[in-house]
Amino acid sequence: MYTITAASALAENVYEAWISAPHVSRHAEAGQFLVLRIDETGERIPLTISGVDGDLVRIIFMTVGTTTRKLAALKKGDTILDVVGPLGQPTEVKRYGTCVLVGGGVGIACLPIIAKALKTAGNTVIGIIGARNKDLLILEDEMQSVCDELIITTDDGSYGIKGFAAGPLKEICETRPPDAVWVIGPAIMMKVTSGVTKPFGIRTFVSLNPIMVDGTGMCGSCRVVVGGETRFACVDGPEFDAHEVNFDLLMSRQRFYTDEEKESAAHHTGGCGCGGHH
Amino acid sequence: MSDRPADLRVHDFEEVDSGIPAEEAIAEAARCLQCKKPACVDGCPVGIDIPGFIRCIEDGDFRSAIGIIKESNMLPAVCGRVCPQEVQCEGECILGVKDKPIAIGSLERFLADWERENGIEIPELAEKRSERIAVVGSGPAGLTAAAELARNGFSVTIFEAFHEPGGVLTYGIPEFRLPKEVVQAEISEVKRLGVEIRTNYLVGRSLPVEELLSYDAIILATGAGLPAFMGIPGENQIGVYSANEFLTRVNLLHADAFPHHDTPVKKGRSVVVIGGGNVAMDAARVAKRMGADVTLVYRRRREDMPARLVEAHHAEEEGIRFLCCTNPTRILGEGTVTGVEVVSMDMCELDDSGRPSAKPIPGSEYIIPADVVIEAIGQSPNPLLIRMIEGLVREKKGNLLVDESGKTTVPKIYAAGDVATGAATVILAMGAAKTAADAVCRMLTEE
Ligand SMILES: Cc1cc2nc3c(=O)[nH]c(=O)nc-3n(C[C@H](O)[C@H](O)[C@H](O)COP(=O)(O)OP(=O)(O)OC[C@H]3O[C@@H](n4cnc5c(N)ncnc54)[C@H](O)[C@@H]3O)c2cc1C
Ligand SMILES: Cc1cc2nc3c(=O)[nH]c(=O)nc-3n(C[C@H](O)[C@H](O)[C@H](O)COP(=O)(O)OP(=O)(O)OC[C@H]3O[C@@H](n4cnc5c(N)ncnc54)[C@H](O)[C@@H]3O)c2cc1C
Ligand code: SF4
Ligand code: SF4
Ligand code: FES
Repeated sequence: MYTITAASALAENVYEAWISAPHVSRHAEAGQFLVLRIDETGERIPLTISGVDGDLVRIIFMTVGTTTRKLAALKKGDTILDVVGPLGQPTEVKRYGTCVLVGGGVGIACLPIIAKALKTAGNTVIGIIGARNKDLLILEDEMQSVCDELIITTDDGSYGIKGFAAGPLKEICETRPPDAVWVIGPAIMMKVTSGVTKPFGIRTFVSLNPIMVDGTGMCGSCRVVVGGETRFACVDGPEFDAHEVNFDLLMSRQRFYTDEEKESAAHHTGGCGCGGHH
Repeated sequence: MSDRPADLRVHDFEEVDSGIPAEEAIAEAARCLQCKKPACVDGCPVGIDIPGFIRCIEDGDFRSAIGIIKESNMLPAVCGRVCPQEVQCEGECILGVKDKPIAIGSLERFLADWERENGIEIPELAEKRSERIAVVGSGPAGLTAAAELARNGFSVTIFEAFHEPGGVLTYGIPEFRLPKEVVQAEISEVKRLGVEIRTNYLVGRSLPVEELLSYDAIILATGAGLPAFMGIPGENQIGVYSANEFLTRVNLLHADAFPHHDTPVKKGRSVVVIGGGNVAMDAARVAKRMGADVTLVYRRRREDMPARLVEAHHAEEEGIRFLCCTNPTRILGEGTVTGVEVVSMDMCELDDSGRPSAKPIPGSEYIIPADVVIEAIGQSPNPLLIRMIEGLVREKKGNLLVDESGKTTVPKIYAAGDVATGAATVILAMGAAKTAADAVCRMLTEE
């Protein structure tokens, strides 16, 4: 049993929780994730470790289905049955020079811990964080404090630069090309945004989020194709060379259980199962 | 053996073979010739005194009978159910030449079940010692090694990556072959010996290698959990599973009870399972129980199938279609599986091992419609931890190199079970674990 020591809402449908899990927190590095199962009937789901403080790990998640909704309902003092981690290969942290970290939506959750590690390794870190609108933007202050420079975009222009994060990224590549770039967010956003750096030949990483079960390399549910080869994202990744990733396959496999997810949502909410609100 | 009727059992996950009553066990025991040089014992990888325990059954002394088994086998309730007896103890039984061999597996299972109902006697523990031993993995190898070492007084911790202990016994072999209650009972027994089991602990990550190496001895029992894929086109589509994933979703996460349990699985209307071993049979029979029409595709002949005889027999009884001498060439569909293209295989020439080698017959391709495809073509050791420990030598298929005592190429580190042999059997994993535990014991007491 792992106790939740703090829980709060960060934005509409985005929540933060701190969980006491010393075996995970003590060895966690930037870019790694954990797998949790809330209760006896729960599904195992992967979430990025987005912060560490002593024995505590932080998760930040968007409510998209049954498990994340159950998770959002948990309060300080509640417990989670299983937490395993840290999983996956850590971010390749070294001295690159200038690094740009791009986060879209809840993908921003992954950035601060990576930014800190890159900063400590002596890099100049530029952050670009984007959301659909001002209310959905998360972790601005935290990113502000760890980045040398922070650019904000919103799709509707309600805050920062209007448009997608790809815009400022392109401009940076043209005017002052960075040495390495990270793009983390929904698959489609990673596909489009990481495409920007390709013509410039800039080393670019994405963190892939396929459906996982064990997170330890024994099922193959998380298989992705990178550079024409099948890899297991949970042990070979989750970060990969963006320009080698087959994003269309990733997006297709993310829809593996679309019907079942609706059925599960309907079962738990008694509603229409449209994946709407609780 | 008393199997529940096939048409009944395909609708549930209850045990197929419901075991034998005491009178039947005694009658079967009476058939044993009590051979002076018992061939059956040579067939048992852990050398159980088979005539010895059978005589006790005949005398009605079940307590002594189970005691004899437990001298060599920690998990009789499991082995009695899943050992490939036809090529081991029963395969060697002298009675098998003319008549039926003694049903040694059934007798073993009878005793273990009897003991579970009548109270398990806890073996005597040696005096507590100060040395700490880490066992990585809680499958049959890990459980056996831990129990053996705990009995010898050592302080033993098992680390298990999954949220439940048991390894393949928990996530792989389905309920209808090996009830989870049986596995749980065996695990409780190991805990009663003082072994601590830490679940959700992925060694190499949750417990870094430096910390692992701080133990006085280490037993790697991490199994062979890495699934192989065929490498044919179409394999990454929706609807294609490794048997490991399919079975884990159902056995460990109860996807058969979705949506009451949150984990989904594609149940499928037409399921194609690829392979001919125990894993393939289990996947096929699980799919069948969830309502699918199941075809099993195997590239060699029916008689070449590596599965336990009784499992293949049960599978056929349950209406699973076997397509032997058939091999998949690609998986069809546009993102979601719609079928499997297979080719017929010619089985003329013999290969090095004397088995006929399978060669595709050009032009014999045809299509089997399917909405779920499950690949059960083999597993190898998970390299995650092994790669992190400097100095461990791996053989060609990724198996850890060990000597006859289970010692690896790194001091203090021993390995047992599938991680050293590649995917094998429960009883071999346990046998190797006992040997490794004995070696660790000697190493630590003779120092
Ligand atoms: C390495 C990794 C890190 C992740 N980090 C975060 C994070 O920090 N914050 C966050 O909000 N989300 C993260 N995700 C995605 C998160 O795991 C899914 O949103 C979650 O599993 C959805 O579960 P659900 O039951 O709420 O929704 P469901 O109704 O089950 O599914 C909704 C969507 O989530 C995806 N999904 C479902 N099950 C899984 C699964 N077992 N593994 C991965 N995706 C799944 C499906 O593609 C589907 O589109 C991460 C995924 C991976 C692989
Ligand atoms: C579906 C199926 C059916 C089978 N049927 C039969 C049968 O009928 N008869 C028979 O004799 N054999 C059968 N087998 C084979 C038999 O189950 C195995 O040979 C046996 O389980 C091997 O035992 P083990 O202890 O070496 O490994 P496993 O049982 O595989 O256990 C290894 C454990 O180690 C854990 N682990 C791995 N890495 C780490 C790590 N880094 N940190 C922490 N934990 C870790 C895993 O999660 C797992 O729980 C079957 C196998 C399968 C998959
Ligand atoms: S352990 Fe297996 S091989 Fe040995 S006697 Fe028992 S059933 Fe037979
Ligand atoms: S070989 Fe058969 S008959 Fe002889 S002792 Fe063994 S079980 Fe009995
Ligand atoms: S999640 Fe099972 S292998 Fe990656």
